[in-house]
Amino acid sequence: MVLAIIEVEGLCYTYPDSGTPSLIDVNFKAEPGEFVLITGPSGCGKTTFCRALNGLIPNSYGGDFKGKVVVDGLSTSSTPVYELAQRVGLVFQNPENELFCTTVEREVAFGPENLALPIEEIAMRVEEALEIVGISHLKEKSPEELSGGEQQKVAIAALLAMKPKVLVLDEPTANLDPLSAKSVLELMHRLNQKNGVTVILVEHRLEMVSHLVDRCVVFEGGRIVADGSPREVLYSDMVSELGVGLPKVVQVSKRLSGIIGEPLRFLTSDELASYVRGKVP
Amino acid sequence: MISIEGVTYSYGDGINALDGIDLEVKNSELLAIVGENGAGKTTLVKHLNGLLKPQRGRVMVEGIDTKETTVATLAKKVGLVFQNPDHMLFAETVEKELSFALTNFGLPPEEIAKRVEWALIEFRLSNYRDRSPFTLSGGEKKRVSLASVLCYDPQIIVLDEPTTGQDSLQKTRLASTLTKLNRQGKTVVVVTHDIEFVADFIPRVVVMSRGKIIADGPTEEILVRKDVMEASSILPPQLAELSWKLGLESPSIKAEIIIEEIKQMLRGGQK
Repeated sequence: MVLAIIEVEGLCYTYPDSGTPSLIDVNFKAEPGEFVLITGPSGCGKTTFCRALNGLIPNSYGGDFKGKVVVDGLSTSSTPVYELAQRVGLVFQNPENELFCTTVEREVAFGPENLALPIEEIAMRVEEALEIVGISHLKEKSPEELSGGEQQKVAIAALLAMKPKVLVLDEPTANLDPLSAKSVLELMHRLNQKNGVTVILVEHRLEMVSHLVDRCVVFEGGRIVADGSPREVLYSDMVSELGVGLPKVVQVSKRLSGIIGEPLRFLTSDELASYVRGKVP
Repeated sequence: MISIEGVTYSYGDGINALDGIDLEVKNSELLAIVGENGAGKTTLVKHLNGLLKPQRGRVMVEGIDTKETTVATLAKKVGLVFQNPDHMLFAETVEKELSFALTNFGLPPEEIAKRVEWALIEFRLSNYRDRSPFTLSGGEKKRVSLASVLCYDPQIIVLDEPTTGQDSLQKTRLASTLTKLNRQGKTVVVVTHDIEFVADFIPRVVVMSRGKIIADGPTEEILVRKDVMEASSILPPQLAELSWKLGLESPSIKAEIIIEEIKQMLRGGQK
């Protein structure tokens, strides 16, 4: 059996000054190289869960923390943040809040510089990270003058320069236009496929991403209420009751299943269209 | 009524952010403005409450030329909700945030209390009344910023990207709030990238590209036009895409229509 890269057991967490727990008995495992989509209604605990994966919770937030979170063999509650930062990169909703250097190149070099790596090593990592993300041409630019999508890619490159094994992205496309969103999501898919990075992605826009992921996890009220392949999860009765925004293709396929009496589980318009075309007499 | 006539605006970089825009919005219309980043959407709506004044052409809001009045006067008629709630919110508590404009407009305390109460309930913020807006999640902040504008009851409501960070249930609720306000006679203009939201809830759509309006009409007709979607680099609604891939003669964004079409195809009605 493959050793899990993320192992969460019996995680319960309550923010300081909050009466209600944000996470309740969460159990979760991810294998190296998995691409996991996390979704669920607002306030369901997704963001809190992300913060727990890189040790921000409990290390920076305090609060009442029970259970254990182990990433790449390290327990997040007993490992210093700089140590964890080399294993787990966290990307937030709003890239503006993360970027602060005068050029893209410096921004991406900031992490490795703080690890006091040799200069050549830093230069190599920056070069490589910019190239993987596809923004080498922007390296002299100031992050401020970039579009939201480009800024988000800078934030991702800055994390890649730390060579993390796990990337956790908390609604990275929330403030992006659809084309930029698509391009960031496809970048994640590529990083996962080609570079073997384990990706944990929080996303509402299921129509853009469900066909790219291995697994879909649904949170509700601080608990994990569904966990399986995207087809299993999106076509389960429970998920539609939760008010998770099901992609139109899923809605149409479900209704067609009832009409033609055959279970259909399509995730993309391509899949559904070629099925119908294949069936046309 | 809003009437925009031949409006051109440039930020001084040699590019016309708006390039000869003509647009008429009747009272109590509900419409969306869509288009790629930099198409001029936000520049256009900033003209509606006088934050920007046209360099050429003219913008009339309820019969008033925006060049001949102040933002303060227009603000009572046109409520603009910005994209980033962090740029709007500043008060210590959600309740104070909501009452701020009302106090400034000089409303009596009972009226203020009534409207704040309405907004807290309508936007499901009652639990956060005494919380600092800055401790809320992105989606919750967004609702506070919407509520803070809707509370002072402007005749024209302009929302820039209202659905960011909202889950599907909240989007449906937002849509029903907007529809309700619209039925009460408000004019509602939504600037958005969320094409599925437009397809589901907004009857008229204006498509912008590079400072120009390239299409304007009923949503179900415009969003299924491949030429328009491509020219504006918008990702089409999933059902429009499905229609094209199925080769439907009359593509649609409505699930019922697509299902009927598929049933017919399977029965052997078409190629």
